[in-house]
Amino acid sequence: MPSVRFRLNGADTEIDADPDRSLLDILRGQLGVTGPHFGCGAGECGACNVILGDHAVSACDTPLWSVAEKDVTTIEGLGTEERPHPLQRAFIAEQAMQCGYCVSGILMSAAALLKRNPSPTSREVKEALDRNLCRCGSQNRMVRAVLRAAEEMAAG
Amino acid sequence: MSQQAPSPPALPASLAANPKLSSWLKFSSSGQVTVSPGKVEIGQGIVTALAQIAADELDIDLSRVQMVRASTAASPNEGVTSGSLSIQQSGRAMRHVCAEVRRIFLQQAAERLGVDADALDIEDGTISGPGNVRTSYWELADEVSLDRDATPDVTPKAASRRALAGNSVQRIDIPDKVLGRPRFIHDQALMGMLHGRVLRSDNARAKLTGLNEDGARAVAGLLAIVRDGDFAGVVCETEHGAEAALAALRKGASWSDGEPLPDENDLAAFLKSQPVESTVIHQKTAASPGMAARTIKRQYTRPYIAHASIAPSCAMAQWDGDRLRVWTHSQGIYLLRADLALVLRLPAENITVEHMEGAGCYGHNAADDVALDAALLAKAADGRPVRVQWSRQGEMSDAPFGAAMAIEVEADLDAKGEIVDWRHSIWGNGHVARPGRAAQPALLAGYELANPFPRMVSTNPPQANGGGSDRNSIPLYDFPAWRIECHRLTTMPLRTSALRTLGGQGNVFAIESILDEIAAERGEDPVAFRLRHLRDERAKDVIRAVAKRAGWKPQKQAGIGHGIGFGRYKNTGAYCAAIAEIEGAEEISVRKLTLAVDVGEAINPDGVINQIEGGAIQATSWVLKERVRFDRQRITSTSWTDYPILRFSEVPDVEVEVIQRSEVDPVGAGEAAHGPVTAAIANAVFDALGVRVRDLPITRERIIAAMDSTP
Repeated sequence: MPSVRFRLNGADTEIDADPDRSLLDILRGQLGVTGPHFGCGAGECGACNVILGDHAVSACDTPLWSVAEKDVTTIEGLGTEERPHPLQRAFIAEQAMQCGYCVSGILMSAAALLKRNPSPTSREVKEALDRNLCRCGSQNRMVRAVLRAAEEMAAG
Repeated sequence: MSQQAPSPPALPASLAANPKLSSWLKFSSSGQVTVSPGKVEIGQGIVTALAQIAADELDIDLSRVQMVRASTAASPNEGVTSGSLSIQQSGRAMRHVCAEVRRIFLQQAAERLGVDADALDIEDGTISGPGNVRTSYWELADEVSLDRDATPDVTPKAASRRALAGNSVQRIDIPDKVLGRPRFIHDQALMGMLHGRVLRSDNARAKLTGLNEDGARAVAGLLAIVRDGDFAGVVCETEHGAEAALAALRKGASWSDGEPLPDENDLAAFLKSQPVESTVIHQKTAASPGMAARTIKRQYTRPYIAHASIAPSCAMAQWDGDRLRVWTHSQGIYLLRADLALVLRLPAENITVEHMEGAGCYGHNAADDVALDAALLAKAADGRPVRVQWSRQGEMSDAPFGAAMAIEVEADLDAKGEIVDWRHSIWGNGHVARPGRAAQPALLAGYELANPFPRMVSTNPPQANGGGSDRNSIPLYDFPAWRIECHRLTTMPLRTSALRTLGGQGNVFAIESILDEIAAERGEDPVAFRLRHLRDERAKDVIRAVAKRAGWKPQKQAGIGHGIGFGRYKNTGAYCAAIAEIEGAEEISVRKLTLAVDVGEAINPDGVINQIEGGAIQATSWVLKERVRFDRQRITSTSWTDYPILRFSEVPDVEVEVIQRSEVDPVGAGEAAHGPVTAAIANAVFDALGVRVRDLPITRERIIAAMDSTP
């Protein structure tokens, strides 16, 4: 079995697996990283979004080979209980979810946006999250939370 | 609010059914209290609201409350978590239990401390009295047995003395969810867990006529191929392997054509041509009938609607001899257990069903079906647990749908254009085929076995429980006479069961649309028209509040429209009024929704706002986009491309005003917004474009079709 090396949440990771398998399958199945969620398996809902380099991608349609030697960040790498990412704090402050199943993917899309654009407008947040689906109808709270996190980050 | 007359003491229904105090609540010596409700978290925040109630009544800090996941091994049986009843049922029971437990501990403390119970005070669980005497729940826990039945003569605290209820507290499940900790059933890994997948035909109700297993057998890690009639599935060491084996099995499967589906483009004709069971839901006769000068007759339809949770349904099951353990995100663990017992031909006591959180649940989805799938596949797993997860396609085509409806409303108007008589007729499948309530099971695989159970045809709950197809069909307005009829289909080519509001969304859409039309014809303001026909002050208050907040009626601008909708969910639950602002161009976009809601006592006001916002946005999605698609053989809307839902860029601004009535028993908020928002959008479309769209969803094609037709 060929081996693929990449950095997962900052840690060097080596996986022996068919390189055509999806990154999501490897993360959840082989590595026990369950933050990225399966939603559709077709890159249509964003529940499995991770950050690859500087961009959010859906892990379910990202083949393992394509992340070789790259940086992959999942929700587990965004922040911790002791040192949460401003987005995580803001999602708590805004109570920005109902069921929360889509949230780990949405946080990754939002984190990638704030990397590229530290002070987005509400419209830019909505555009950045437009490929993420939320069925419970918590979108407005999530947009508020992202803007709140951006403000907090700008304030230092 | 006026004081209610004292009624003879009685236990809340949930508590009467599960009277033992210790089944609801236990103190640990470490300063915690474990609270064990029978209702479950389905993304609505109920667990936090119940924790608030418990902390309030016991006078302890919220952080001391540990909420226990429901399990048939220990939890009180509270039926199903549905119908916006959790806060009403479980909340009342919890408040009563905690008030009684508090009293028992105060008596025990009084004895131990040698002071009068009335002189004692409780602060964060510490019980203290005159002369600096003190003890605590935790010190006394070993001395007090809660293995006793609740008694009716307990008075919970007055609303004014509650410290937490009425305040927005942060939900206790949210930190795990933002940190990506495994909290969902999908993210659990049991020791030795295997993975299963079930093979189902694309064609509706097709028979499995042949199965070549060779390809699947060649997959590494395959443990078993299970086949029982039309039910077939695989069990594998890994999830990846299970997917590969399923794909191979699908290639080797031959199916019959299945059973024909109706014409998706003429649902009303289909619904009105089927065999039905007809019921007169309600009739009101005028003391002095008015003279009808003319009649307005309109037909409204709504399509089949998918639950379309973001997660496909998932369950785990493990056999130990003839005993079975099941982990599920079902809304009713005891009800699921009853159906599993029927299909597996086991005594219910042999089965333990435990709840774990799934993705947002909007009614009877595939959670129960996948639990039976897991139990059947786990039979071949030699005592190891098997996790089964449905595919997106399965979730969109095999789970029950919300029922399509055709609704005819006829209003007789007198010479002055006042309503003198009203007829409302509904055609559609029943809205409920939930597990655990009949002598036959309601689980999908049960219909597929070699020795199959008959397919359940959905029915409707009685009006006393809010009705089904007829939910919200009895007008809240003071029309002098009416007749409400329901025609429930006794055939069911598309499987339907409970989806948020049952028939409420369709009926409120119909009533509020034709009212708007009548008001417009009269040249009367639709808000004033509604207020003139309402007698219930709480109803009028939400309408007045929303009108004020939205600045009714905003200045007319080209291409922009405003509309109002009102309803009281189930006619007995939450009051909600909505005003929509829409923009009509190529497509309709909803720019803003303003809502006012009255749920009685709002335990967690932010939780109520969250539920109303969510309901309003989901309803907007239903209205603008959603429609289960099918050809004559199979469901075709099996992906997010074919079944689009509202996206971030399409979501309206939502403003919610909660009218707090802390002395009125609380009711749920999760289903209050759908009907009023649906009607408000449709009425706003008329305001903007001058066209009445009476068939949902309101898409560009439907608007063009409505422009071409009269009236």
